[in-house]
Amino acid sequence: MASIKINNLGKVYAGDVRAVEDINLDIADGEFIVLVGPSGCGKSTLLRMIAGLETITEGDLFIGDKRVNGLEPAERDIAMVFQNYALYPHMTVYNNLAYGLKNRGFPKDEIEKRVQETAKMLEIEQFLDRKPRALSGGQRQRVAMGRALVREPAAFLLDEPLSNLDAKLRVQMRLEIKQLQRRLKTTSLYVTHDQLEAMTLGDRLVVLNQGNIEQVGSPIDVYNRPESLFVAEFIGSPSMNLFSQADLDGPTNENAAKHLPEGTDILGLRPDQLLFEAPDTPHIRLDCKVALYEPAGAESHLYLILNSNGQHVTMRVHGEPPVHEGGDISIYAPVSAVHPFNSTSGRRTD
Amino acid sequence: MQTKKMTFNHRWLPYLLLAPQVIITIIFFIWPASQALYQSLLRQDAFGFRTTFVWFDNFQRLFVDDLYVNSLKVTLIFAVGTTLLSMSVALLFAVMVNKMIRSRDAYTTFLVWPYAVAPAIAGVLWWFIFNPSIGILPYALDMFGINWNHRSNGDQAMLLVIIAAAWKQISYNFLFFLAGLQSVPHSLIEAAAIDGAGRVKRFWTIVFPLLSPITFFLMVVNVVYAMFDTFGVIHATTEGGPAQATNILVYKVYRDGFVGMNLGSSAAQSVILMAIVVVLTVIQFRFIERRVNY
Ligand SMILES: Nc1ncnc2c1ncn2[C@@H]1O[C@H](COP(=O)(O)OP(=O)(O)OP(=O)(O)O)[C@@H](O)[C@H]1O
Ligand SMILES: [Mg+2]
Repeated sequence: MASIKINNLGKVYAGDVRAVEDINLDIADGEFIVLVGPSGCGKSTLLRMIAGLETITEGDLFIGDKRVNGLEPAERDIAMVFQNYALYPHMTVYNNLAYGLKNRGFPKDEIEKRVQETAKMLEIEQFLDRKPRALSGGQRQRVAMGRALVREPAAFLLDEPLSNLDAKLRVQMRLEIKQLQRRLKTTSLYVTHDQLEAMTLGDRLVVLNQGNIEQVGSPIDVYNRPESLFVAEFIGSPSMNLFSQADLDGPTNENAAKHLPEGTDILGLRPDQLLFEAPDTPHIRLDCKVALYEPAGAESHLYLILNSNGQHVTMRVHGEPPVHEGGDISIYAPVSAVHPFNSTSGRRTD
Repeated sequence: MQTKKMTFNHRWLPYLLLAPQVIITIIFFIWPASQALYQSLLRQDAFGFRTTFVWFDNFQRLFVDDLYVNSLKVTLIFAVGTTLLSMSVALLFAVMVNKMIRSRDAYTTFLVWPYAVAPAIAGVLWWFIFNPSIGILPYALDMFGINWNHRSNGDQAMLLVIIAAAWKQISYNFLFFLAGLQSVPHSLIEAAAIDGAGRVKRFWTIVFPLLSPITFFLMVVNVVYAMFDTFGVIHATTEGGPAQATNILVYKVYRDGFVGMNLGSSAAQSVILMAIVVVLTVIQFRFIERRVNY
């Protein structure tokens, strides 16, 4: 086990492609970090640089106290779980798990012991003699996890490990991974672009955008207080409604504007912060048309169109709302719920 | 797999469409093959005046004939040598070219050229290179104190024909190995690297086993090539000599039949060759169906 220290890390691929820029991040021993960001933002690149599969072109990387920039993957004492699992197809599950231990010269009985223990932990004992192609997707996923666990490395790196599983299995494996990490307390870096995984798995969430870190924090902090417009839009599903100050007219909204911080010209409101009735405190008022009502079980989504500029507004409601499709409706939100942003800097203003 | 069923309006049309293929097969395969089968049961006297039906006598004689047993041995050494040499060199080239990024296509093209050279021409080429009096190689070897004369040294002659035969096959093997290497998922190599396997170990424990279906396929193809498709190479270089040292089965069929005019024995030999081809083909199909390894 070890901490990971990332100092000004950057990656320029051949052909002057800047994938990652000036990343700084200190990961404590035993911490579970989740990396999120849109496709192509450099998540895999960052992870692969830590693994040693891509050369580091700028900055320093420390695992434990050791600078590992020039070290081979094998010398970094990390384990990686690949999106496509990358199990060795010609080896049995047993040998897939044992391969890394054999290469490191572990004695035979120690290998046997560790493989059996790991297999038991992941409930794959009955598959030890099978080849990977004779396993289901979920079982392969477990074997891939097992191959990482069996070596008891200093850190786990996981690159979208669940994205090839169906929805139900994903939920199950997500919980198992979380429990495993809690139990083993191994420093972990987990790449995903699944909202739910991002919110639930990690101790800290790192939001990446175009090779830069947008925000680092506990998932709930990032959700409650997105520091930039990008994070505001990216985290949360359905995503936050953003209104331009200029499109909000009427005396109510003019009054509300006085209570917003200096420089605010974008107002963000989460779909569940919108109300059917005006609160007593200063508030925002939105006059809309109902476009679509989408019941989805416990909660429903209401899609509205803002009268002043025709923009789409998403609202999350519980139970049957007092509306009909095509009808007019006014919705409200207290100023205290507004996420205020400045459009030029893209940052939060409070 | 689902098979498509075609219906023809005309009863005779399908037969008419098949006819060219059938006729060619009959003229160039069934007819000569049955001739050989028939011939192998006959014996002519030395002057070709009289022909007697001798049942399997020709076959029985072959297996007590020292020259034939020698030829079997020579063929075995030749086939194994050619296969090993051409496959290992091809694999080496494929691994090296596969590592390249920019010049991969250029090297691939170069390495495929030899395959377009006719065996007889390749033979002549090697005949010149190895020629004990005017060749460049004996000249070079002489400087290291090695005396090259494949006209008197049987081992050297064998080495020569193996090199000449393997050379051409390298292109073919190379293409298959390269395609095989390119289909090994990169993430497997990366996983093995993280698992602590060095370059060499990764190759022998991950890449090479994954190539095994291709390796097996090529092994059969190369053995078949060495045994049946190398007449031109032998004819242009050693002509089976010296002292039968490179007289492989195919060449012996020709020598005994067309030079020695022993048609019965030659026919019996070719029937045996035919049987070997059949066996090899069956092995190949069996394995391709089963897909080796994984
Ligand atoms: N080998 C490479 N050579 C050149 N550019 C690359 C290479 N690998 C990735 N890139 C580029 O670097 C950027 C980041 O890629 P990366 O794979 O890290 O994204 P990602 O965040 O993992 O995306 P995804 O969510 O789709 O997996 C992309 O613009 C990509 O095109
Ligand atoms: Mg990726």
